[in-house]
Amino acid sequence: MKKAISFLLILMMLLSLSTAMADDSYSMKQDGFSTSYAYCYDYWGDVQESPNPYRVSEVIDSISLGLDKLEGKRMNKPQSLFVHGNDLYIADTFNNRILQVHYDGKEYSLTRVISQINGAEPATFNNPYDIAVDDDENIYVADYMNYRVVMMDKDLNFIKQFVKPEDSTYDQSLDFLPKKIAVDVAGRLYVLGANINKGFIKYEADTTFTGYIGANAVSFNMAQYIWRRYFMTQEQRAASQSFAPTEYENLYMDEEGFIYATNTIFSEYDLKTDKANPIRRLNSLGNDILIKNDRYPPIGDIYWLAEGTQYYGPTRFTDITVLKNDIYVALDRTRGRLFGYDGQGILLWAFGTRGNVEGAFTSAISLEHMGYDLFVLDQVENSITVFTPTEYGQMIYDANETYMNGEYDRSAEIWQDVMRMNSNYPLAFRGIGRAILRQDDYEGAMKYFEMAHDRQNYGRAFKLYRKEWVEKNILWIILVLAALLIIPLVIGRMKRAKWEVIMHEQSKIRR
Amino acid sequence: MSRAKSAGDYVKSLKAEKRKESWTRYRESLRYSLHVITHPFDGFWDLIHEHKGTLAAAHTFLFLFLAVRVMKLILTSFQFINAPIQYINILEQAASLALPFLVLCIANWAMTTLFEGKGRFKDIYMAMCYALVPYILIQFPMVIISNWLTFEEGSIFTVMLSVSVIWCAFLVFIGLMEVHDYGPGKTMIFLIVTIVGAMVIIFLVLTFFSLLSDAIGYFVSLYREIIYRLY
Repeated sequence: MKKAISFLLILMMLLSLSTAMADDSYSMKQDGFSTSYAYCYDYWGDVQESPNPYRVSEVIDSISLGLDKLEGKRMNKPQSLFVHGNDLYIADTFNNRILQVHYDGKEYSLTRVISQINGAEPATFNNPYDIAVDDDENIYVADYMNYRVVMMDKDLNFIKQFVKPEDSTYDQSLDFLPKKIAVDVAGRLYVLGANINKGFIKYEADTTFTGYIGANAVSFNMAQYIWRRYFMTQEQRAASQSFAPTEYENLYMDEEGFIYATNTIFSEYDLKTDKANPIRRLNSLGNDILIKNDRYPPIGDIYWLAEGTQYYGPTRFTDITVLKNDIYVALDRTRGRLFGYDGQGILLWAFGTRGNVEGAFTSAISLEHMGYDLFVLDQVENSITVFTPTEYGQMIYDANETYMNGEYDRSAEIWQDVMRMNSNYPLAFRGIGRAILRQDDYEGAMKYFEMAHDRQNYGRAFKLYRKEWVEKNILWIILVLAALLIIPLVIGRMKRAKWEVIMHEQSKIRR
Repeated sequence: MSRAKSAGDYVKSLKAEKRKESWTRYRESLRYSLHVITHPFDGFWDLIHEHKGTLAAAHTFLFLFLAVRVMKLILTSFQFINAPIQYINILEQAASLALPFLVLCIANWAMTTLFEGKGRFKDIYMAMCYALVPYILIQFPMVIISNWLTFEEGSIFTVMLSVSVIWCAFLVFIGLMEVHDYGPGKTMIFLIVTIVGAMVIIFLVLTFFSLLSDAIGYFVSLYREIIYRLY
């Protein structure tokens, strides 16, 4: 016993010695993926570096647009972008004007500076925060400090304006401060108002207010409720934050008329447990119908550094844009990153960083797309960075597109090419697997689905494979089963016969 | 001469007989586990008081339990389990189950000896090990079968796993009740007390470790400082 105790003590001493001797200069890299530019997450949530899906093709700033020669006024904290056809509209907020830039396939040139509305009162803008253009090229401007959303035709003649709703559901003591707007096909207007937390303000085309849409659900648990209800005094209750829903950050109207909304006010805990829903797709009833079929919900980075480093905290999406085939790209203002997701909510790629070099942002504020090109507006640099897909990025889009169109063989070919460029890409494995499953190669599909960790599809392929296997080997299965039934029976018989013989012999001896 | 030889033979044959006897006893005690898990009240009582169980069998069950646990991580179809194989350390996985198991046994023994528990440490350990048998018997086949199941049929897998765990928990409860000759209420209380006791043990061990490593660290740095000054 004594020996055992002393042995244990010595063991502990040795273990402690090893921990004490350990070199304490070991430190983590400040940011797990700072060295890589583009990346994607694998099934385990590990960062897998990937080829660049986009590269910078151009940077549009005041000088390249010729603004310094025109009026001598460079852009001043622009807040928003809007693309209509081949025209890019820039809300040059603190110069009280809208810039219209045309892309002719080669270069971006300034075509119009909008600062006056014919026949409106007042005729000028005061901090226009956002802009939207409908199919008839009518222009809507969120005229923030004039407390209105003003609508004009393409020749800048005033048509109508949307003002503070005179409704009991709208707190009349609050100013109407339209920050972000979106217009649907029927001319209905959705406004994100500053200090309004009931959702988006909705107007019919004839400027009548018809309520709110997509209010954030108020969430609180039983313990919180009991604590507030029975243990807080009236004053404490008034002083503490009420269970109020939060405001949205931005909105985007996709081709099908669904609103994509982003939300930046949430607790990190809610984000990690998929309760925060920083990206939402709202239907006409205001319900979130975003599809999330990945292991990790679309929340941007799935882990992040806590306070104390330069760029800390979770991803906060300041803008979102929706490309073809339900692919959406969201812009993270925390680290200046762009996250692309497909219609199933699976991360296609992530790239971007903060900084002063080309392709990095100081304070990214708005995101738009023209075809597959992406525009990112930087409100401090007063510049717009244009990203064009690389071969790799374009292949991902093409593979999605061909799959959506039902060209499964072509899709598989493109996914093969993607896999050749990036062998750490689960989506490529899944894409190949789906295509060859349709060609009835179950075993091959199973292999790819296992690599992609796609359980549903693996199950589907395996079910078919199992059926085929059973049909092929039915004879053997029956034989083995029969053998399993018969052999013990025969052995039992034999044992019994032996036993009877012995008993017989013994009875003879006794006699 | 011949007498000595024959005496030697006699001793040898005695030893062989004894070995054979203990081997039979071990085999019997292994088989007895099937009786224990199906008739826990009688089974656990006889296990301890009629000496139907052996420590060797208990060790075997603990080892098999750890082995099945590790096998489960590696062999289960990826459809039903999230095990990053590239990060799994088999020894670490086994130790992370074996140590809490032993700490709980120790804590239970330490607490119950103070409050009229009849069981010795050996008895508690044996009962706990025998209670793990359903885990081994159900989970090992399920791990193999999981490779022939599809994702939609996964509910069979999860149900069977929970059945095994619930069965084990039930056996632990009955086992402790029989070993200590307690009533159900008292057993329940002592289960909670055991968990608290285990936490205290872990706390003490950790404190001891960190103090020890601080103390050694002091001498190490002293040594380094002296060496640095000397050269």
